[in-house]
Amino acid sequence: MVDFGFELSSSKRIDLDSFDSDLFLKLKAESGKITECIACGSCTSSCSAGIFTLVNFRKTILLIERGKNEEAIELIKGCMLCGKCTLVCPRGINTREIILSINQYYKKERF
Amino acid sequence: MEGDVLVIGGGAAGMETASRISDFNRNVILIEKEQELGGHILKWDRLFPDGIPASDVTKNLKESLGSTKVLLGCYITSIEKREDSNFFAQLNSGETIKCSSVIFATGFKLFPAQKKQEYGYGLYERVITNADLETRFKKGEGLGKDAPKRIGFVHCVGSRDEKICNNQCSKLCCITAVKQAIELKQLYPFAEIFCFYMDLRMYGRGYEDLYLEAQSKYEIRFIRGRVSEISQEQSGLVIVKAEDTLASRPLKITLDWVVLMAGIISERENDYLSQQLSLQLGEDGFIDSVDPIQKTNQTNIAGVFVTGSASGPKTLPEVINEARSTALSVNEYLNKIKNG
Ligand code: SF4
Ligand code: SF4
Ligand code: SF4
Repeated sequence: MVDFGFELSSSKRIDLDSFDSDLFLKLKAESGKITECIACGSCTSSCSAGIFTLVNFRKTILLIERGKNEEAIELIKGCMLCGKCTLVCPRGINTREIILSINQYYKKERF
Repeated sequence: MEGDVLVIGGGAAGMETASRISDFNRNVILIEKEQELGGHILKWDRLFPDGIPASDVTKNLKESLGSTKVLLGCYITSIEKREDSNFFAQLNSGETIKCSSVIFATGFKLFPAQKKQEYGYGLYERVITNADLETRFKKGEGLGKDAPKRIGFVHCVGSRDEKICNNQCSKLCCITAVKQAIELKQLYPFAEIFCFYMDLRMYGRGYEDLYLEAQSKYEIRFIRGRVSEISQEQSGLVIVKAEDTLASRPLKITLDWVVLMAGIISERENDYLSQQLSLQLGEDGFIDSVDPIQKTNQTNIAGVFVTGSASGPKTLPEVINEARSTALSVNEYLNKIKNG
């Protein structure tokens, strides 16, 4: 193919008409609380790993809800499972457990 | 006709103020431009946060009017305050009213949603307003017999928006959206419902609980971002575009119905009366209080009072409580002028 010096980039738009909701629905079935997040960011700000890595739990569940699972998983890769985020969440979401579940989903250990 | 007090407006604020002043054995005249008392809540089905029927509230308010003289289908064509502190109001019916004090319970106007052209209200059949939805609830129609699959609520329509000259928050629409979203979910349990908001202002008692219930029990989804445009597909479905600001991405969704949360703006229809009395209005068109903390219901003109949403957006319990305090202030004023 002729190299024109540019390529088409894929859409970054969130399209709620066609998206992969499998992981979100499974997490919801497991812990209904996931729908109660108010995106306050307490989890992210309390996270020690987040200071040095991309770890961001708030954005992780938001992206999973929007079907952007591949991007979401990048945001918990540095998690040490310390559980600080669970301590601070004002909606009582068991964030650490959800991170474990996401890991298990990707390792196909469960679900 | 002569009376101690003339109350302009027969909505919740006017009715409650009139009935409380009559309790002090004052002659109260209440005028309402429509043929029925009630104002905006006449169109409402159930009230937040507990779902009390609006008709119950109207009924109670009407029943407690006591000796108040009610004039329906009446409005003032001109009004003046004379040297002797008396007010003379000329009505459309030809009648003149003489009274010692005047209360503006003139309420608010719902933002005409068609002014926000990019949302297509009045053009697209499936774009309706909060008030339209209430009327449908009241008639028992909901959104029709075919269960909708996806419904969106657009917050802040006509509020917090310099483009339409209304900077303020209407205060009631966030909680109304949550209430209506829950009601729709109760009618259509399989529908997916989305609320597009900038901030969720759940300030009242029980409001945050309702929000939590909307998230957990009814699975209503909240997307932070102001809707930029709505368009219509050939099939009649509507496409909403917004930024998902928490994900920093543009977002698109096709919906069966969109409900616009039209906000509260000032009722400019009475500006000629405020001009004739030299009443001070704010830039937003609402009537200014002489002291916004301790004398919220007194205006810059002695003997002229304001109550309810005529001085800014208020919830119904706030309106009712303020009406009672207005009645006290008016009674004090009448005592003062009588005793010199
Ligand atoms: S459990 Fe993971 S995400 Fe939560 S605070 Fe600890 S390191 Fe951060
Ligand atoms: S702390 Fe809890 S409510 Fe706040 S963003 Fe994190 S998960 Fe959501
Ligand atoms: S109450 Fe909510 S929807 Fe209404 S104007 Fe304020 S922020 Fe917007």
